[in-house]
Amino acid sequence: MSKVRLLIGTRKGAFVLTSDGRRERWDVTGPHFGGWEMYHLKGSPADPNRLYASQSSSWFGQVIQRSSDGGATWESVGNKFVYDGPTGTHQWYDGTPHPWEFARVWHLEPSLTDPDTVYAGVEDAALFRTTDGGVTWQELPGLRTHESGRLWQPGAGGMCLHTMLLDPRNPERMFIAISAAGTFRSDNAGKTWRPINRGLRSEQIPDPVAEVGHCVHRIAMHRSRPNVLFMQKHWDVMRSDDAGESWREVSGNLPSDFGFPIDVHAHEPETIYVVPIKSDSEHYPPDGKLRVYRSRTGGNEWEALTNGLPQSHCYVNVLRDAMSVDSLDPCGIYFGTTGGQVYGSPNGGDRWAPIVRDLPSVVSVEAQTLP
Amino acid sequence: MTVRVVLPAHLRTLSRVDGEVKLDVDGPVTQRSVLDALEASYPMLRGTIRDQVTHERRAFLRLFACEQDLSHESPDAPLPEPVATGAEPLLIVGAMAGG
Repeated sequence: MSKVRLLIGTRKGAFVLTSDGRRERWDVTGPHFGGWEMYHLKGSPADPNRLYASQSSSWFGQVIQRSSDGGATWESVGNKFVYDGPTGTHQWYDGTPHPWEFARVWHLEPSLTDPDTVYAGVEDAALFRTTDGGVTWQELPGLRTHESGRLWQPGAGGMCLHTMLLDPRNPERMFIAISAAGTFRSDNAGKTWRPINRGLRSEQIPDPVAEVGHCVHRIAMHRSRPNVLFMQKHWDVMRSDDAGESWREVSGNLPSDFGFPIDVHAHEPETIYVVPIKSDSEHYPPDGKLRVYRSRTGGNEWEALTNGLPQSHCYVNVLRDAMSVDSLDPCGIYFGTTGGQVYGSPNGGDRWAPIVRDLPSVVSVEAQTLP
Repeated sequence: MTVRVVLPAHLRTLSRVDGEVKLDVDGPVTQRSVLDALEASYPMLRGTIRDQVTHERRAFLRLFACEQDLSHESPDAPLPEPVATGAEPLLIVGAMAGG
């Protein structure tokens, strides 16, 4: 029977949750790297037992961990992230020029085909790659040195490259998202990039339809349709049917179109999930009710999924990397909260249950489907 | 010369050591030579105490020895004699801040 493994990153360590295909009973291990901020852990699609983890601390900086046995044991690998060439400046919060400074790795995206190749999205925003299993890292500088880079500015969490999507049909094509610069696409394996933000509208920037400067929180795609992208922006849920050339709003009847994560059902490319959050200053669910919203029509028409989720006095947040789906049938969906709960649904969101309730604040959730 | 170093708890875990670290240091015993020896023996500590390129001490770490704060001394200044002889350890300390 297939198994599911969840890789959970929290503010104070990492946890690995495993279950059989029924996804009713879970084994929990951890904390791994207790006391460290674990921004993201992810497994290689080419070798699911090869895991990578971003471990960081304000005291001790950045560490990268690698496991070759599904998280049972770990070894620290290379942590030298040096920008390639002159760093230049981006905009600081007050609009003044500020030099690029490496802070941490937000997101690790292993290659679809090679367990030793991994992309790292970092703060201040840039893209790095390893081809030797994390021992050494090299920047792909074409992104950071894009002519618009001097106009990028940090969101409240820092100027982070937080999302990477690798096109499963075209190894030359990659999508990334930066807060607060927007979404970019490369069609030559990361050498050069161009902004793909046409159709986004952000009232918080001087030109609401500027080419860059949008606070994109997360983008998602279904493997079978890599030209269809979904986006949770600072405000607005958006959709593109042309690989990001243009976007249209699909917020529809959501109670709030602010939020962080967005994800796609493993077997239904038009079924998408978001977690509405009341506002950018409150960062908790509307009415104290934790509701995942599901659209089966690729947006615009949304239904609240509440069965098993707290419907009163709930004031947690769900961060951008803290939602994931497995590929079993029916599709399982999982998310973690800043209150330390990890909720799972083994049936596409119809029924939820907490897997764990009292972890440190959850930063990231990644689901792996294992044979 | 054998020098003793006490790491903060998180770096002991990262480097998988219990208690003090003992390092053989060639030549003058300075912050730089001790940290060079430490990182050579424990490569996973590179970047966690000082920047990998500039070798500047990370902001939230301090270096103490013999009841003195040596954090702002030159990295090439000789460490106190008791540290150089191994009578006293060099303490690498995480700043008391945060949660």
